[in-house]
Amino acid sequence: MKLPQAWRQPLAIVGGVVALAWIVIALAAPLLAPHDPLAQDLPRLASPGPGHWFGTDQLGRDILSRVMYGARLSIPLTVLLVALSVLVGGLLGACAGYFGKWADETIMRFADLVFAFPTVILAMVVAAALGASLANAVLAVLVVAWPAYARVTRGLVLGVREREFVISGRLLGFSAWRSLRVDVLPNITGPILVLATLDIGTALLLLSGLSFLGLGAKPPSPEWGAMVSAGVEVFDSWWVATFPGLAILSVVLAFNFLGDTLRDALDPRTARAIKERAL
Amino acid sequence: MTDSTTTTAPVTERATLLSVDDLVVEHRTPGRPLVRAVAGASLTVAAGEVVGLVGESGCGKSTLARAVCGLNRAASGTITFGGHPVTPLGLRRRDRALSGIQMVFQDPYSSLNPRRKVGAQIADGLRTAGDTTTSPADLLERVGLPRDFAGRHPHEFSGGQRQRIAIARALAARPSLLIGDEPISALDASAQAQVARLMRDLAVDSGAGLLFISHDLSVVRLIADRIAVMYLGKIVEIGRTEEVWTDPRHPYTRALLGAIPAPDGAGVLPAELPGDVPDPADPPQGCRFHPRCPVAMDVCREREPDFGPVACWLHEPA
Repeated sequence: MKLPQAWRQPLAIVGGVVALAWIVIALAAPLLAPHDPLAQDLPRLASPGPGHWFGTDQLGRDILSRVMYGARLSIPLTVLLVALSVLVGGLLGACAGYFGKWADETIMRFADLVFAFPTVILAMVVAAALGASLANAVLAVLVVAWPAYARVTRGLVLGVREREFVISGRLLGFSAWRSLRVDVLPNITGPILVLATLDIGTALLLLSGLSFLGLGAKPPSPEWGAMVSAGVEVFDSWWVATFPGLAILSVVLAFNFLGDTLRDALDPRTARAIKERAL
Repeated sequence: MTDSTTTTAPVTERATLLSVDDLVVEHRTPGRPLVRAVAGASLTVAAGEVVGLVGESGCGKSTLARAVCGLNRAASGTITFGGHPVTPLGLRRRDRALSGIQMVFQDPYSSLNPRRKVGAQIADGLRTAGDTTTSPADLLERVGLPRDFAGRHPHEFSGGQRQRIAIARALAARPSLLIGDEPISALDASAQAQVARLMRDLAVDSGAGLLFISHDLSVVRLIADRIAVMYLGKIVEIGRTEEVWTDPRHPYTRALLGAIPAPDGAGVLPAELPGDVPDPADPPQGCRFHPRCPVAMDVCREREPDFGPVACWLHEPA
C-alpha cells in the first residue's frame, strides 16, 4: 500500500501519528493510566518523577492519569461538537444558498448576528446563561460555531446550483430536496470536511477555555481546560498547568496539520504544487 | 457525406409541438440597465421536425432555449408546449407535462454530475419517463457507446463521449421535444457533425422535435429541416433549410453565410461583417441590424420591421 503524495509530507505524518496516539490513549485510558484519576492518595504537588511522571496536583492526584482520562472527555466532545456544527451550519447554509430569497435572508442575518460578537465572549454569555456544565459548554460553542459552516456551505451551494448537471436534474423532475441531496451536496463535501478538521483545534480550545473560566467541566472531572485553570492557582508547581496545556496544544496542532493535508489531498491543483516542491 | 436534409417530409403536415409567440425575456441586474435578451421572438417546432436556431453569441438564442425549458421567465409573450403553457421552473418539482422538454447543454464538462456513475444519471431520466424495461446500458448503446460505460464516472470520458452520455440521459426521459443549447460548440471538429447527426437521428426516430441551437450554420444546415436566424433578440429570417442556404434574403443571413470559409482551395478569406453586435440593453432605433447593414435604407433607421418570415424592409410582405 502506498500513501498518496499529499499524505507523505512530514507535517501530515506528525499530525496523523499524534492524533492517532490521542485516540488510542482515550480508548485505552483505563489500561494505560498508572493511577485512578480521581484518587487523592499521592503526596500533594509532587514534582514529576518516578511513579508520577507528570507530578501530582494540589489534591494529590496523578496528573499523567488525569491527562489520559481527560482525552476521553475532550476529544469525543470536540468531535461531537464539530459534527453538530457541520450538521446545523451546513444544513442551514445549504437551505440559504439553494432556496435563496427569504430563507437566505433570514438564515444569513442570524449568522451575521452571531458573527458580530467576539466568539469567546458570546460563548461565555451563553454558557453562563445555561449554567455551568460540560453539556452546556458544548451547546454554547455550537451556538458560536455554526455560522462559519453556514457561510461556507451557502457559498459553495451558490457555486454549484447553477451548474448544468444540477439544472439537468431539475429538468428531469427532481424535487428541490433530491436535487440538493443528489447533485449539490456531494459536490461540496470536500471543502467542508477540510474546514471541519481545521476547526477541531479551535473548538477544543474554546471548550477548554470555557472550562478554564469555570463555565464548563465541574471538579473533579479531569477536563484539560479545567486542569489548566486549577494549575494557575499553584503557579510555583509548573507541571500542574503545563501538562494538560501541552495536551491541548498537541491535539490542536495535530488536527491543524491533518486539515491542511486533507485540503491538499482533495484539491488536485495543490497536490501538483506539493509534488513540484518535493522534487 | 449523405444529404439527410432532403429526405424529410413537408413541414406543414405535422402537428405543432412547441409554439413560441412574441416572446420577450429580460435580464435584470441591479445597478445595470435592463437587458432584453429576447425581444419579441416567435417560433414553432413540429413533432419530428428539426429546427436550427443560429446567430452570433449574445443574440439571445440560449436565453430563448432556457425560456422554453422554463429556466428563464418570460416578461411577455407565450410559450406553449403540447397545449400546455410553459411555466417557469421554480423550487417546486417540474410540472409532469413539461418533462417532455429535455435539454442538452453546451459544456460537456459540467453537464454531468462528477460524483455519480454515468448509469445512475441515465437512470434518472428513465425514472422520469416511468420506464422500467430499458436499462441505462441500452441507452448508451443507442448513442454509440459501449454498454459497460454505465459503471464509470464522468471524469473518465472525453468531451464528445460526455455529450453523448448527456444525450442518452435526456433521451431516457422520452422527451417529445429535445433542445440542444450549442451542444457541439465545445467539441472538436471531427465530433461536431457526428454528435449533431446523432441528436437529429435519435430525436426524429423517436418522433420528437429537435430545437438545435448553434452559431455554426454549416453544421446546422446538415441536420435542420428549417433554420431560424436570430439577431439581437429577434428572429430575422426563418425558412426551409435549402431556401435559407441557397437563397438567403435577410442581409444578416447573407452575411452569416458569407462568413463561412469555403473549402475550395482558392484561399479566399470569408467576408467579414463590419462592426459588433450592439449592446442589447440599448438596441438601435428602427431595424436592429441597420447600423451594420450594407443595404440600409431610410426606413430601416426609423421603423422596426416586425413581420416575417424575413424581417427586412426589402422583403416586406405585400
